[in-house]
Amino acid sequence: MAAITLNALAHTYSDNPTKPEDYAIREMTHVWEQGGAFALLGPSGCGKSTLLNIISGLLEPSNGEVLFDGKRVNELKPEERNIAQVFQFPVVYDTMTVFDNLAFPLRNIGVPEHKIKSKVFEVADILELSDQLKRKAKGLSADQKQKVSMGRGLVRDNVSAILFDEPLTVIDPQLKWKLRRKLKQIHEQFNITMVYVTHDQLEASTFADKIAVMYNGQIVQFGTPRELFEKPAHTFVGYFIGSPGMNFFEVELKDTLRFGDHEITTSDAMLTRLNAMQPKKITVGIRPEFVHVWDGKNDDAFKVDVDYVEDLGTYKILSFLFNGQMMKARLSEDQKVPSGQIYVSFPEQWTKVYVDEYLVEVADPVITQSEETHHAN
Amino acid sequence: MQTKVENNKAWFLVMPVFLIVAFSAIIPLMTVVNYSVQDIFDPYTRYFVGTEWFKQVMLDSRLHEALLRQFLYSFTILAIEVPLGICVALMMPTKGRGASLALILVAIPLLIPWNVVGTIWQIFGRADIGLFGAFMNGLGMDYNYSSNPTDAWFTVVLMDVWHWTPLIALLCYSGLRAIPEVYYQAARIDQASRWAVFRYIQLPKLANVLVIGMLLRFMDSFMIYTEPFVLTGGGPGSSTTFLSQSLVQQAIGQFDLGPAAAFSLVYFLIILLVCWVFYTTIMNMQKDK
Repeated sequence: MAAITLNALAHTYSDNPTKPEDYAIREMTHVWEQGGAFALLGPSGCGKSTLLNIISGLLEPSNGEVLFDGKRVNELKPEERNIAQVFQFPVVYDTMTVFDNLAFPLRNIGVPEHKIKSKVFEVADILELSDQLKRKAKGLSADQKQKVSMGRGLVRDNVSAILFDEPLTVIDPQLKWKLRRKLKQIHEQFNITMVYVTHDQLEASTFADKIAVMYNGQIVQFGTPRELFEKPAHTFVGYFIGSPGMNFFEVELKDTLRFGDHEITTSDAMLTRLNAMQPKKITVGIRPEFVHVWDGKNDDAFKVDVDYVEDLGTYKILSFLFNGQMMKARLSEDQKVPSGQIYVSFPEQWTKVYVDEYLVEVADPVITQSEETHHAN
Repeated sequence: MQTKVENNKAWFLVMPVFLIVAFSAIIPLMTVVNYSVQDIFDPYTRYFVGTEWFKQVMLDSRLHEALLRQFLYSFTILAIEVPLGICVALMMPTKGRGASLALILVAIPLLIPWNVVGTIWQIFGRADIGLFGAFMNGLGMDYNYSSNPTDAWFTVVLMDVWHWTPLIALLCYSGLRAIPEVYYQAARIDQASRWAVFRYIQLPKLANVLVIGMLLRFMDSFMIYTEPFVLTGGGPGSSTTFLSQSLVQQAIGQFDLGPAAAFSLVYFLIILLVCWVFYTTIMNMQKDK
């Protein structure tokens, strides 16, 4: 069990990297505290798996260091780091029985056979594999195989951490939910640091206490699911988290924030700060959940054109054109379905301002991405 | 009482397969069956002899010895070529120029025709002008494959190992390349030893190509003819006379077509039987309990 620190870590697959785009992992400093359940969330190809393989030692980082409880482990091989990793596709040793599969990591380190037996039975019990122990692993179903893979990570005492690389990809939807709960239980029971890589926000938020959102080789935000939803630190987080994602539109700074003919209300403090930053690109974002749709005419609101309404069963998504740009709003169940021209407004509290894709805040101490990672340090 | 419509069109669809099999297997085989039950003196004089040739062949002590020799030979070369081929495959580089170079080098013996292989070794093994023969004698051994049966055996086996280990190696190499990287990664995480990786990941994944490789090598070596014929001519004595050579001697040398045909059929059945037993055993071993 260990806290995992990534110190000024960067990784490139290129021989002579010149620009930031050459890096699969751009320089980052990040801490996974001991005993936490974390998710590493991001789209395909953002560097999540690379980062995971660096932590487990399957890959050596080009720059920076990996620390387990403050001790540098860069030079240690995966087998010396005492770490468990579960891969996207279940890996079982076909010719062995389930029992032998689970016992394998223990036999490799020379644990006496009677201890192996009790440990394997214990883990098999947790994973509900007890009645399968005598079977050959080859004939198991995908979810049972993945449980065996997980089990091999759990049998060893004191593993530093368990890393999951999209472990539920090949599992049927109804079993996914069950296995995810199982993982959560295991986490509570063993209090092991767990890092769970996924591209599914639902999976991430049900498993993890804190989620690191990764984009283009960087961790753009590390926070609770709620923080990611309410205060996306980067436009990508706004876009990636939530269904549908955040509405964004580019605005101009002319005394006030202007989107075409419309003025977007914001605080004086924000305007002062924006003026001081001399920004090139200002984007305003608001979540569909927070767009206020008025039932009648309202002079303080914006007049927009309804495009269409999607009924998703429990709620409806309204698409409307705001100054020529398509935006979405979530309608509550009892709200009447609008049509034609309607009035919407953006509550100031939920209207977020982004400069060069990063969130600008004024009321609280400003947390942007780079400071966030320092903060985490 | 016609209750259903008979449609015999399907037979036409089976026709091509039937014809191909007939020409490729059944008709030639039937010719041999035909010879095996008759005593033929000339195109117009022949007698039906029933199972007499079969009885004669079954009781022929020369053939018993050849059969024994044949089994010994096939199992010897399998016992050497399979482990050696696996080792070579494991040691071959996997990436870059080295990989292509290794593939070419390993494949070279496979490209040489059988009789050329025999000739190469015949000269290579001679003590007076051959490098290998001179080398063996230089070591103080009285090596002479044309007069000493042990040396003859040694050379015939060595020749086959040189010629055919590459086949096993290439098959295993392709089998090894097909193992996903994640298995090795998982094994490292599980702190598996090199031996455990081989025993529990590589060997099980190689099982299928090894079965193919062993069957091919068994069949080929069990029918071996050209190489020992060129190298030793079956001698010294009859120490390296294998089944094919006995057969050829009988059929063409002595023109005993009847016994030769009976012998061919027995030979064919032995190969079929051994392959079947081998294949079923391996496949049963792999089945989930």
